[in-house]
Amino acid sequence: MAEAHNPLEQFEIKTLIPIKIGEFDASFTNSSAFMVIAVIAATALMVFAVRPRAGVPGRWQLLAELSYQFIAKMVSDNIGKEGRPYFPFIFTIFMFVLFGNFIGMVPYSFTFTSHIAVTLTMALVIFVLVTIIAFIKHGFHFFSFFLPAGVPIVLAPLMIAIEVISYFTRPFSLSVRLFANMMAGHTLLKVIGGFVVPLGIFGVVPIAGLVAVTGLEFLIAFLQAYIFTILTCIYINDAIHLH
Amino acid sequence: MPQLDITAFSPQIIWLVITFLVLYVLMAKIALPRIGSILEERQARIDDNLDAAQSLRNESSAEAEAYEKSMAEAREQARSAIYDATQEMSADSARRHEELGTRLSGDLKAAEERISQAKEAAVAGIHEAAASVAAQATERLIGIEPADEAVASAISTALDTSVKEAG
Repeated sequence: MAEAHNPLEQFEIKTLIPIKIGEFDASFTNSSAFMVIAVIAATALMVFAVRPRAGVPGRWQLLAELSYQFIAKMVSDNIGKEGRPYFPFIFTIFMFVLFGNFIGMVPYSFTFTSHIAVTLTMALVIFVLVTIIAFIKHGFHFFSFFLPAGVPIVLAPLMIAIEVISYFTRPFSLSVRLFANMMAGHTLLKVIGGFVVPLGIFGVVPIAGLVAVTGLEFLIAFLQAYIFTILTCIYINDAIHLH
Repeated sequence: MPQLDITAFSPQIIWLVITFLVLYVLMAKIALPRIGSILEERQARIDDNLDAAQSLRNESSAEAEAYEKSMAEAREQARSAIYDATQEMSADSARRHEELGTRLSGDLKAAEERISQAKEAAVAGIHEAAASVAAQATERLIGIEPADEAVASAISTALDTSVKEAG
Protein backbone atom coordinates (compact mmCIF):
# COMPACT_ATOMS: atom_id res chain seq x y z
CA MET A 1 0.00 0.00 0.00
CA ALA A 2 2.67 2.45 1.04
CA GLU A 3 4.75 1.25 -1.89
CA ALA A 4 1.98 1.94 -4.40
CA HIS A 5 1.48 5.48 -3.12
CA ASN A 6 5.12 6.45 -3.20
CA PRO A 7 5.10 9.84 -4.99
CA LEU A 8 8.44 9.06 -6.61
CA GLU A 9 7.21 5.81 -8.14
CA GLN A 10 6.11 7.69 -11.26
CA PHE A 11 9.74 8.48 -12.06
CA GLU A 12 10.73 4.82 -12.16
CA ILE A 13 12.50 3.78 -15.35
CA LYS A 14 10.95 0.56 -16.63
CA THR A 15 12.61 -1.44 -19.33
CA LEU A 16 10.20 -2.30 -22.12
CA ILE A 17 12.58 -3.92 -24.62
CA PRO A 18 15.99 -4.90 -23.28
CA ILE A 19 18.77 -4.01 -25.75
CA LYS A 20 22.48 -4.38 -25.13
CA ILE A 21 25.18 -2.72 -27.23
CA GLY A 22 28.45 -4.18 -26.05
CA GLU A 23 28.86 -3.14 -22.45
CA PHE A 24 26.13 -0.50 -22.68
CA ASP A 25 22.54 -0.94 -21.67
CA ALA A 26 20.54 0.64 -24.50
CA SER A 27 17.16 -0.78 -23.51
CA PHE A 28 14.02 0.76 -24.85
CA THR A 29 12.38 2.07 -21.67
CA ASN A 30 9.22 3.99 -20.81
CA SER A 31 11.40 7.11 -20.98
CA SER A 32 12.49 6.21 -24.51
CA ALA A 33 8.88 5.52 -25.47
CA PHE A 34 7.80 8.98 -24.42
CA MET A 35 10.77 10.55 -26.20
CA VAL A 36 9.59 8.80 -29.36
CA ILE A 37 6.00 10.00 -28.70
CA ALA A 38 7.27 13.56 -28.22
CA VAL A 39 9.18 13.40 -31.51
CA ILE A 40 6.11 12.03 -33.30
CA ALA A 41 3.85 14.70 -31.78
CA ALA A 42 6.25 17.52 -32.62
CA THR A 43 6.66 16.19 -36.15
CA ALA A 44 2.90 15.85 -36.54
CA LEU A 45 2.48 19.48 -35.56
CA MET A 46 5.37 20.92 -37.51
CA VAL A 47 5.25 18.76 -40.63
CA PHE A 48 1.78 17.35 -41.14
CA ALA A 49 -0.22 20.29 -39.79
CA VAL A 50 1.33 22.53 -42.43
CA ARG A 51 0.70 20.07 -45.27
CA PRO A 52 -2.09 22.21 -46.80
CA ARG A 53 0.39 25.11 -47.12
CA ALA A 54 -2.65 27.34 -46.79
CA GLY A 55 -2.30 31.05 -47.45
CA VAL A 56 -4.76 31.57 -44.65
CA PRO A 57 -3.69 29.05 -42.01
CA GLY A 58 -6.04 26.75 -40.15
CA ARG A 59 -5.78 26.19 -36.40
CA TRP A 60 -2.98 23.64 -36.42
CA GLN A 61 -0.98 25.34 -39.13
CA LEU A 62 -1.27 28.60 -37.22
CA LEU A 63 0.04 26.87 -34.10
CA ALA A 64 3.03 25.56 -36.06
CA GLU A 65 3.66 28.98 -37.61
CA LEU A 66 3.40 30.69 -34.23
CA SER A 67 5.94 28.25 -32.75
CA TYR A 68 8.26 29.00 -35.65
CA GLN A 69 7.88 32.74 -35.29
CA PHE A 70 8.16 32.57 -31.50
CA ILE A 71 11.55 30.87 -31.62
CA ALA A 72 12.69 32.83 -34.69
CA LYS A 73 12.01 36.05 -32.80
CA MET A 74 13.73 34.72 -29.68
CA VAL A 75 16.83 33.87 -31.73
CA SER A 76 16.93 37.20 -33.56
CA ASP A 77 16.28 39.20 -30.38
CA ASN A 78 18.92 37.41 -28.32
CA ILE A 79 21.60 36.57 -30.87
CA GLY A 80 20.86 38.70 -33.91
CA LYS A 81 21.62 37.80 -37.51
CA GLU A 82 24.50 35.50 -36.56
CA GLY A 83 22.02 33.29 -34.72
CA ARG A 84 20.41 32.13 -37.94
CA PRO A 85 22.49 28.92 -38.35
CA TYR A 86 21.60 27.83 -34.81
CA PHE A 87 17.88 28.36 -35.28
CA PRO A 88 17.04 24.69 -36.13
CA PHE A 89 19.03 23.46 -33.13
CA ILE A 90 17.38 25.92 -30.74
CA PHE A 91 13.98 25.17 -32.21
CA THR A 92 14.53 21.43 -31.75
CA ILE A 93 15.53 21.96 -28.12
CA PHE A 94 12.38 23.99 -27.50
CA MET A 95 10.09 21.45 -29.17
CA PHE A 96 11.73 18.48 -27.48
CA VAL A 97 11.54 19.96 -23.99
CA LEU A 98 8.08 21.48 -24.51
CA PHE A 99 6.53 18.26 -25.79
CA GLY A 100 8.36 16.27 -23.08
CA ASN A 101 6.87 18.54 -20.43
CA PHE A 102 3.38 18.66 -21.92
CA ILE A 103 3.07 14.95 -22.66
CA GLY A 104 4.25 14.36 -19.09
CA MET A 105 1.12 16.18 -17.92
CA VAL A 106 -1.07 13.38 -19.26
CA PRO A 107 -2.02 11.10 -16.34
CA TYR A 108 -0.06 7.82 -16.16
CA SER A 109 2.44 9.09 -18.69
CA PHE A 110 6.14 9.56 -18.07
CA THR A 111 8.00 12.88 -18.02
CA PHE A 112 11.46 12.29 -19.45
CA THR A 113 12.48 15.89 -18.65
CA SER A 114 12.13 15.06 -14.94
CA HIS A 115 15.31 13.00 -15.16
CA ILE A 116 18.67 14.58 -14.47
CA ALA A 117 20.30 12.14 -16.90
CA VAL A 118 18.30 13.65 -19.76
CA THR A 119 18.51 17.32 -18.79
CA LEU A 120 22.18 17.12 -17.84
CA THR A 121 23.05 15.43 -21.14
CA MET A 122 21.27 18.18 -23.05
CA ALA A 123 22.85 20.91 -20.96
CA LEU A 124 26.34 19.40 -21.35
CA VAL A 125 25.91 19.10 -25.12
CA ILE A 126 24.81 22.74 -25.24
CA PHE A 127 27.73 23.74 -23.03
CA VAL A 128 30.27 21.93 -25.18
CA LEU A 129 28.76 23.27 -28.41
CA VAL A 130 28.76 26.82 -27.08
CA THR A 131 32.39 26.53 -26.03
CA ILE A 132 33.37 25.11 -29.44
CA ILE A 133 31.51 27.97 -31.18
CA ALA A 134 33.32 30.48 -28.97
CA PHE A 135 36.73 28.99 -29.83
CA ILE A 136 35.96 28.87 -33.55
CA LYS A 137 34.79 32.50 -33.57
CA HIS A 138 37.40 34.02 -31.27
CA GLY A 139 40.29 31.56 -30.82
CA PHE A 140 42.23 32.22 -27.64
CA HIS A 141 40.71 35.64 -27.42
CA PHE A 142 37.78 33.72 -25.95
CA PHE A 143 39.52 33.74 -22.55
CA SER A 144 38.92 37.48 -22.32
CA PHE A 145 35.34 36.43 -21.63
CA PHE A 146 36.40 35.64 -18.08
CA LEU A 147 37.62 39.18 -17.42
CA PRO A 148 35.02 41.80 -18.29
CA ALA A 149 36.48 44.99 -19.72
CA GLY A 150 36.99 47.90 -17.33
CA VAL A 151 37.59 45.79 -14.22
CA PRO A 152 40.39 47.16 -12.00
CA ILE A 153 43.46 44.93 -12.18
CA VAL A 154 43.37 44.41 -8.40
CA LEU A 155 39.98 42.74 -8.71
CA ALA A 156 41.06 40.64 -11.68
CA PRO A 157 41.85 37.41 -9.79
CA LEU A 158 38.52 37.54 -7.99
CA MET A 159 36.57 38.39 -11.15
CA ILE A 160 38.27 35.65 -13.14
CA ALA A 161 37.48 33.12 -10.42
CA ILE A 162 33.84 34.17 -10.31
CA GLU A 163 33.46 34.19 -14.08
CA VAL A 164 35.11 30.80 -14.50
CA ILE A 165 32.94 29.25 -11.80
CA SER A 166 29.76 30.80 -13.23
CA TYR A 167 30.73 29.58 -16.69
CA PHE A 168 31.31 26.00 -15.61
CA THR A 169 28.21 25.82 -13.42
CA ARG A 170 26.04 26.75 -16.41
CA PRO A 171 25.26 23.18 -17.50
CA PHE A 172 24.35 22.23 -13.95
CA SER A 173 22.09 25.19 -13.28
CA LEU A 174 20.49 24.72 -16.68
CA SER A 175 19.80 21.02 -16.17
CA VAL A 176 18.89 21.08 -12.49
CA ARG A 177 16.40 23.92 -13.03
CA LEU A 178 14.41 21.92 -15.57
CA PHE A 179 14.67 18.55 -13.86
CA ALA A 180 13.86 19.89 -10.37
CA ASN A 181 10.89 21.91 -11.61
CA MET A 182 9.36 18.99 -13.44
CA MET A 183 10.04 16.53 -10.67
CA ALA A 184 8.78 18.81 -7.91
CA GLY A 185 5.57 19.59 -9.78
CA HIS A 186 4.76 15.97 -10.49
CA THR A 187 5.62 14.91 -6.95
CA LEU A 188 3.39 17.65 -5.56
CA LEU A 189 0.50 16.51 -7.75
CA LYS A 190 0.99 12.94 -6.57
CA VAL A 191 1.19 13.94 -2.90
CA ILE A 192 -1.94 16.08 -3.05
CA GLY A 193 -3.66 13.31 -5.01
CA GLY A 194 -2.81 10.91 -2.19
CA PHE A 195 -5.00 12.95 0.20
CA VAL A 196 -8.15 12.72 -1.88
CA VAL A 197 -9.39 9.21 -1.05
CA PRO A 198 -8.46 9.06 2.70
CA LEU A 199 -10.30 12.37 3.35
CA GLY A 200 -13.61 10.96 2.08
CA ILE A 201 -16.13 13.72 1.40
CA PHE A 202 -13.55 16.37 2.30
CA GLY A 203 -11.48 15.09 -0.57
CA VAL A 204 -12.96 17.89 -2.67
CA VAL A 205 -10.50 20.27 -1.01
CA PRO A 206 -7.38 18.50 -2.32
CA ILE A 207 -9.17 18.00 -5.65
CA ALA A 208 -9.64 21.76 -5.93
CA GLY A 209 -5.98 22.11 -5.07
CA LEU A 210 -5.11 19.53 -7.72
CA VAL A 211 -6.99 21.47 -10.38
CA ALA A 212 -5.19 24.67 -9.43
CA VAL A 213 -1.77 23.00 -9.29
CA THR A 214 -2.40 21.24 -12.61
CA GLY A 215 -3.07 24.63 -14.21
CA LEU A 216 0.12 25.93 -12.63
CA GLU A 217 2.01 22.86 -13.88
CA PHE A 218 0.95 23.57 -17.46
CA LEU A 219 2.30 27.08 -17.09
CA ILE A 220 5.54 25.72 -15.62
CA ALA A 221 5.78 23.10 -18.38
CA PHE A 222 5.77 25.91 -20.96
CA LEU A 223 7.84 28.29 -18.87
CA GLN A 224 10.64 25.80 -18.22
CA ALA A 225 10.85 24.94 -21.92
CA TYR A 226 10.99 28.67 -22.63
CA ILE A 227 13.69 29.30 -20.00
CA PHE A 228 15.76 26.34 -21.16
CA THR A 229 15.59 27.62 -24.74
CA ILE A 230 16.24 31.28 -24.02
CA LEU A 231 19.23 30.43 -21.83
CA THR A 232 20.60 28.39 -24.73
CA CYS A 233 20.16 31.48 -26.89
CA ILE A 234 21.93 33.65 -24.33
CA TYR A 235 24.85 31.21 -24.05
CA ILE A 236 25.21 31.08 -27.84
CA ASN A 237 25.05 34.87 -27.92
CA ASP A 238 27.83 35.05 -25.32
CA ALA A 239 29.90 32.68 -27.43
CA ILE A 240 29.42 34.78 -30.57
CA HIS A 241 29.70 38.26 -29.09
CA LEU A 242 31.61 37.55 -25.86
CA HIS A 243 30.76 40.29 -23.39
CA MET B 1 15.05 8.66 -5.97
CA PRO B 2 14.86 6.87 -9.34
CA GLN B 3 16.63 9.82 -10.99
CA LEU B 4 19.88 8.95 -9.27
CA ASP B 5 19.94 5.34 -10.40
CA ILE B 6 23.16 5.32 -12.41
CA THR B 7 22.32 2.08 -14.22
CA ALA B 8 19.32 3.79 -15.83
CA PHE B 9 21.47 6.60 -17.25
CA SER B 10 22.88 4.92 -20.32
CA PRO B 11 19.56 3.84 -21.92
CA GLN B 12 18.12 7.29 -21.30
CA ILE B 13 21.11 9.08 -22.76
CA ILE B 14 21.32 6.77 -25.78
CA TRP B 15 17.63 7.19 -26.58
CA LEU B 16 17.81 10.90 -25.89
CA VAL B 17 20.57 11.23 -28.48
CA ILE B 18 18.68 9.09 -31.01
CA THR B 19 15.31 10.82 -30.64
CA PHE B 20 16.83 14.28 -30.45
CA LEU B 21 18.82 13.74 -33.63
CA VAL B 22 15.75 12.39 -35.42
CA LEU B 23 13.72 15.41 -34.33
CA TYR B 24 16.58 17.73 -35.33
CA VAL B 25 16.77 16.25 -38.82
CA LEU B 26 12.99 16.37 -39.25
CA MET B 27 12.84 19.98 -38.10
CA ALA B 28 15.92 21.27 -39.90
CA LYS B 29 15.36 19.45 -43.19
CA ILE B 30 11.58 19.39 -43.54
CA ALA B 31 9.50 21.37 -41.06
CA LEU B 32 11.39 24.63 -40.71
CA PRO B 33 12.19 25.23 -44.41
CA ARG B 34 8.58 24.43 -45.27
CA ILE B 35 7.10 26.80 -42.70
CA GLY B 36 9.69 29.42 -43.57
CA SER B 37 8.72 29.25 -47.23
CA ILE B 38 5.01 29.42 -46.35
CA LEU B 39 5.61 32.54 -44.27
CA GLU B 40 7.76 34.09 -46.98
CA GLU B 41 5.19 33.30 -49.65
CA ARG B 42 2.47 34.88 -47.57
CA GLN B 43 4.58 37.95 -46.89
CA ALA B 44 5.33 38.25 -50.60
CA ARG B 45 1.65 37.92 -51.43
CA ILE B 46 0.67 40.52 -48.87
CA ASP B 47 3.33 42.89 -50.21
CA ASP B 48 2.16 42.27 -53.78
CA ASN B 49 -1.44 42.95 -52.86
CA LEU B 50 -0.44 46.11 -51.04
CA ASP B 51 1.55 47.26 -54.06
CA ALA B 52 -1.36 46.51 -56.37
CA ALA B 53 -3.74 48.38 -54.08
CA GLN B 54 -1.36 51.33 -53.97
CA SER B 55 -1.06 51.48 -57.77
CA LEU B 56 -4.84 51.17 -58.17
CA ARG B 57 -5.25 53.99 -55.73
CA ASN B 58 -2.80 56.17 -57.65
CA GLU B 59 -4.65 55.34 -60.85
CA SER B 60 -8.03 56.19 -59.41
CA SER B 61 -6.79 59.43 -57.94
CA ALA B 62 -5.40 60.38 -61.36
CA GLU B 63 -8.79 59.59 -62.87
CA ALA B 64 -10.51 61.70 -60.26
CA GLU B 65 -8.13 64.54 -60.97
CA ALA B 66 -8.84 64.34 -64.71
CA TYR B 67 -12.55 64.31 -63.99
CA GLU B 68 -12.21 67.36 -61.76
CA LYS B 69 -10.25 69.11 -64.45
CA SER B 70 -12.76 68.39 -67.20
CA MET B 71 -15.57 69.44 -64.87
CA ALA B 72 -13.85 72.74 -64.19
CA GLU B 73 -13.28 73.26 -67.92
CA ALA B 74 -16.91 72.59 -68.71
CA ARG B 75 -18.00 74.94 -65.98
CA GLU B 76 -15.73 77.65 -67.33
CA GLN B 77 -17.07 77.10 -70.84
CA ALA B 78 -20.65 77.32 -69.67
CA ARG B 79 -19.91 80.47 -67.77
CA SER B 80 -18.32 82.17 -70.78
CA ALA B 81 -21.20 81.05 -73.03
CA ILE B 82 -23.71 82.53 -70.60
CA TYR B 83 -21.68 85.73 -70.45
CA ASP B 84 -21.54 86.00 -74.25
CA ALA B 85 -25.26 85.39 -74.62
CA THR B 86 -26.07 87.97 -71.96
CA GLN B 87 -23.78 90.47 -73.59
CA GLU B 88 -25.35 89.89 -77.02
CA MET B 89 -28.84 90.10 -75.67
CA SER B 90 -28.21 93.34 -73.81
CA ALA B 91 -26.54 94.86 -76.89
CA ASP B 92 -29.53 93.82 -78.99
CA SER B 93 -32.02 95.29 -76.58
CA ALA B 94 -30.06 98.53 -76.36
CA ARG B 95 -30.01 98.78 -80.13
CA ARG B 96 -33.75 98.18 -80.39
CA HIS B 97 -34.39 100.64 -77.64
CA GLU B 98 -32.46 103.25 -79.54
CA GLU B 99 -34.27 102.50 -82.81
CA LEU B 100 -37.58 102.77 -81.07
CA GLY B 101 -36.53 106.05 -79.51
CA THR B 102 -35.49 107.54 -82.89
CA ARG B 103 -38.69 106.41 -84.55
CA LEU B 104 -40.81 107.74 -81.74
CA SER B 105 -39.05 111.08 -81.67
CA GLY B 106 -39.47 111.32 -85.50
CA ASP B 107 -43.17 110.60 -85.16
CA LEU B 108 -43.39 113.14 -82.34
CA LYS B 109 -41.78 115.83 -84.50
CA ALA B 110 -44.09 115.13 -87.41
CA ALA B 111 -47.08 115.23 -85.12
CA GLU B 112 -45.94 118.51 -83.60
CA GLU B 113 -45.50 119.97 -87.09
CA ARG B 114 -48.94 118.85 -88.09
CA ILE B 115 -50.37 120.32 -84.93
CA SER B 116 -48.67 123.69 -85.49
CA GLN B 117 -49.82 123.73 -89.15
CA ALA B 118 -53.35 122.94 -88.04
CA LYS B 119 -53.07 125.63 -85.43
CA GLU B 120 -51.83 128.23 -87.95
CA ALA B 121 -54.57 127.21 -90.34
CA ALA B 122 -57.09 127.52 -87.57
CA VAL B 123 -55.76 130.87 -86.50
CA ALA B 124 -55.85 132.11 -90.12
CA GLY B 125 -59.44 130.78 -90.45
CA ILE B 126 -60.43 132.60 -87.26
CA HIS B 127 -59.12 135.89 -88.73
CA GLU B 128 -61.08 135.41 -91.97
CA ALA B 129 -64.20 134.25 -90.17
CA ALA B 130 -63.96 137.09 -87.66
CA ALA B 131 -63.37 139.61 -90.48
CA SER B 132 -66.36 138.39 -92.47
CA VAL B 133 -68.48 138.24 -89.33
CA ALA B 134 -67.35 141.73 -88.38
CA ALA B 135 -67.93 143.12 -91.95
CA GLN B 136 -71.41 141.66 -92.16
CA ALA B 137 -72.21 142.86 -88.63
CA THR B 138 -70.98 146.36 -89.51
CA GLU B 139 -72.99 146.35 -92.74
CA ARG B 140 -76.13 145.30 -90.92
CA LEU B 141 -75.61 147.83 -88.16
CA ILE B 142 -74.60 150.87 -90.15
CA GLY B 143 -75.27 149.89 -93.74
CA ILE B 144 -71.76 150.62 -94.85
CA GLU B 145 -69.51 147.98 -96.14
CA PRO B 146 -66.19 148.61 -94.45
CA ALA B 147 -62.97 148.24 -96.39
CA ASP B 148 -61.43 144.84 -96.15
CA GLU B 149 -58.03 146.14 -94.96
CA ALA B 150 -59.52 148.10 -92.09
CA VAL B 151 -61.52 145.13 -90.88
CA ALA B 152 -58.56 142.83 -91.07
CA SER B 153 -56.26 145.11 -89.08
CA ALA B 154 -58.88 145.77 -86.47
CA ILE B 155 -59.54 142.10 -86.05
CA SER B 156 -55.93 141.18 -85.78
CA THR B 157 -55.34 143.95 -83.19
CA ALA B 158 -58.31 142.74 -81.17
CA LEU B 159 -57.37 139.08 -81.41
CA ASP B 160 -53.77 139.78 -80.48
CA THR B 161 -54.94 141.74 -77.41
CA SER B 162 -57.30 138.93 -76.34
CA VAL B 163 -54.68 136.33 -76.98
CA LYS B 164 -52.28 138.36 -74.85
CA GLU B 165 -54.88 138.80 -72.13
CA ALA B 166 -55.67 135.12 -72.20
CA GLY B 167 -51.95 134.69 -71.81
